[in-house]
Amino acid sequence: MNEQDIQKTERRWAAIVIVAVAIMLAVTGVSSFVMAMHPPSHVETTDPTTLGANKEFAENNLGASVNPDGSVTVRIIAAQFAFVPRCIPVPQGKPVTIRVTSPDVIHGFLIAGTNANTMVVPGYVSEIHTVFNEAGDHLMPCHEFCGLGHSEMWSLVRVIPQSEWRNDENGRASCDIPR
Amino acid sequence: MEGRAVTYRADRLILAHFGVAFATFAVAIILGAWQMTVRSGLNPVFTSPEAYFASVTAHGTIMGYVMPTLFVMGFGYFVAVTSLDRPLPNTRLAWIGFWLIMAGVVMAMAPVLAGKATVLYTFYPPLTGSVFYYLGLVLVVVGSWFWIALMIWAMSDWKKDNPGKPVPLAMFGNVANAFLWLWTTAGVAAELLFQAIPASLGWTQTIDIGLARTLFAWTLHPIVYFWLLPAYIAFYTMAPRAAGGRLYSDMMGRLSFLLLVLYSLPVGMHHLFTDPEHGTGFKFLQMMLTALVTVPTLLTIFTIGASMEIVGRLRGGRGLFGWIGALPWDRPMVLATGLSFVLLGFGGFGGTINMSYGMNAMIHNTSWVTAHFHLIYGGSVVTMYFAIAYEFWPKLVGRQPLSLKPIRLQLWLWAIGIVVTTFPWHVLGLFGEPRRVATFDYANPAIAFWQPWTIVSMIGGYIMLAGGLLFVWNLVTLYRGPEADRQMHYAVALHPPQRVPSALNGFALCNWLLLFLMLMAYGYPIGQFFFIKDYPAPIHRVDLGG
Repeated sequence: MNEQDIQKTERRWAAIVIVAVAIMLAVTGVSSFVMAMHPPSHVETTDPTTLGANKEFAENNLGASVNPDGSVTVRIIAAQFAFVPRCIPVPQGKPVTIRVTSPDVIHGFLIAGTNANTMVVPGYVSEIHTVFNEAGDHLMPCHEFCGLGHSEMWSLVRVIPQSEWRNDENGRASCDIPR
Repeated sequence: MEGRAVTYRADRLILAHFGVAFATFAVAIILGAWQMTVRSGLNPVFTSPEAYFASVTAHGTIMGYVMPTLFVMGFGYFVAVTSLDRPLPNTRLAWIGFWLIMAGVVMAMAPVLAGKATVLYTFYPPLTGSVFYYLGLVLVVVGSWFWIALMIWAMSDWKKDNPGKPVPLAMFGNVANAFLWLWTTAGVAAELLFQAIPASLGWTQTIDIGLARTLFAWTLHPIVYFWLLPAYIAFYTMAPRAAGGRLYSDMMGRLSFLLLVLYSLPVGMHHLFTDPEHGTGFKFLQMMLTALVTVPTLLTIFTIGASMEIVGRLRGGRGLFGWIGALPWDRPMVLATGLSFVLLGFGGFGGTINMSYGMNAMIHNTSWVTAHFHLIYGGSVVTMYFAIAYEFWPKLVGRQPLSLKPIRLQLWLWAIGIVVTTFPWHVLGLFGEPRRVATFDYANPAIAFWQPWTIVSMIGGYIMLAGGLLFVWNLVTLYRGPEADRQMHYAVALHPPQRVPSALNGFALCNWLLLFLMLMAYGYPIGQFFFIKDYPAPIHRVDLGG
């Protein structure tokens, strides 16, 4: 083979590579901008040393609460070595905003079988928007090493059909809803 | 081209680097197999969270920092003396670098084994371990900077004496890796020196975690390309010759090495896709840049495929794929290249999912990720390290292997072990199995079905262990083999270049482009921590029982 032949084949291959990568980028770009598929990216800071005095993340405000528009906000604290609360009820088929932060070290937050997945970094609030379409229980492990008790850090997300959903006058709900 | 002898007093230096690299590797694979046993729920005799996470820290520290750094350095010294055919500019400096690393390894591993630095190899501030762990790692990095200096020095000396001539391809790739490593280590070095070490000495009580994670991410992706480059250099400069042919294109090799350096650095934030301290814009930008990393790999697959196809056809292979079967698969370097390509394909597929910004949320920090990087590191990188060791060791000690059979068996065991280990991890990752968890409660019906998959994966781990230990044994038997020729021959291109553009023969342009890319990709993401109102987190000592 002479040098020109080699260069010709290489140019053809380079063109194929460029087209392939361009398609890959286009797919991701379109799904991000048109379908608004973004990773949780919400640069919101909070002081990890004063979380107890922070009204939003005070212990009696954690868990699920129904907003006036019917959507649900869930607030969670991830701390060595448990999530508070341990079980989180959410209504089926309604938009849910999950807000989670940590007072101590880095944790991870994953609802198995869904795309709800974020790091939990002290000093920041991580926010996820999602809708749970199927009723049932999902596991919620801590997925980032947070110390020797890390393996024991699991919680539960309970997706409840709207017909069975109950909450008190303040919009608060718990996992004890009769099923 | 005539072969180049490994003389110039570099043999012992190279053997020292390789020897320690593979000795620590043997320890780390034993730890890995044990960790798999713990996760499988089969209850090994001795297990506790302390032991498990100390073991994970040791496994990661060896596989991430110690083994590949020493291997790449030994590889670099070998390539420098054999491809340039001249002694290293300064052997004493090389030994100083080596002994600094030895001191660093001992200093870092002692607190890990004592349970005083259980922070995993990714550190996780505000978790803070014994200062000796971090200082030891700094010494490993500083020792490797001696190597960087020697590689650049050796190439520029050679260029001065050979004006206008193209730097031999193997050495060009080697110096590309030296520059890559220099840029790569800056992130983690800054994290250790300005954050982790002051905190572990008690000089500061808090750590800015957003900054620490960003600096670490800077290092965390390109470090993989630092490990990978010797494999790529072997693809271009050893595999075609081992098959009995020539390299299709020398220029494509140079271009691929440069693109690997350029594209691997400004992309580490894809490790932070689900982190709260960065906005969407820069994550998206770094995702786009990450996709470009596929380009040099696709170019390499073409060039090496074409080089091999010519050999296969000369050996009588016909049809679209017949040439593949006609290749001399009994030769370790050819077999390793084939296995490495296949494993790189699977690993790369998983990687494009991780990279995909939206899809990443499905598998972030699950066993899927562990599967991906074990395929890349264990599969494509270490398989080639084996083949390179089988190529270099006989020249270093002047002995031939007794037989190629145990070498082939070893490569197959390792590759099969990797597949059996990582394929179940992909499945488990999709089911949501988190990584870095020591034990699972398989009595819970929600996860009971995970256990059979983890057991299969553990069996894969033991196959890998067998392959890894057979590798060490194969090296030992080399010392009993018949005398061998100590000349090293690199693959020659079909049309060896007479002159190449200076951009493909040096690194000035590459470094300027990198500076620009790094400023673009990391300027704001790092700068923001100095002007947004963020809150550093109080440190958590793991070495003082806190």
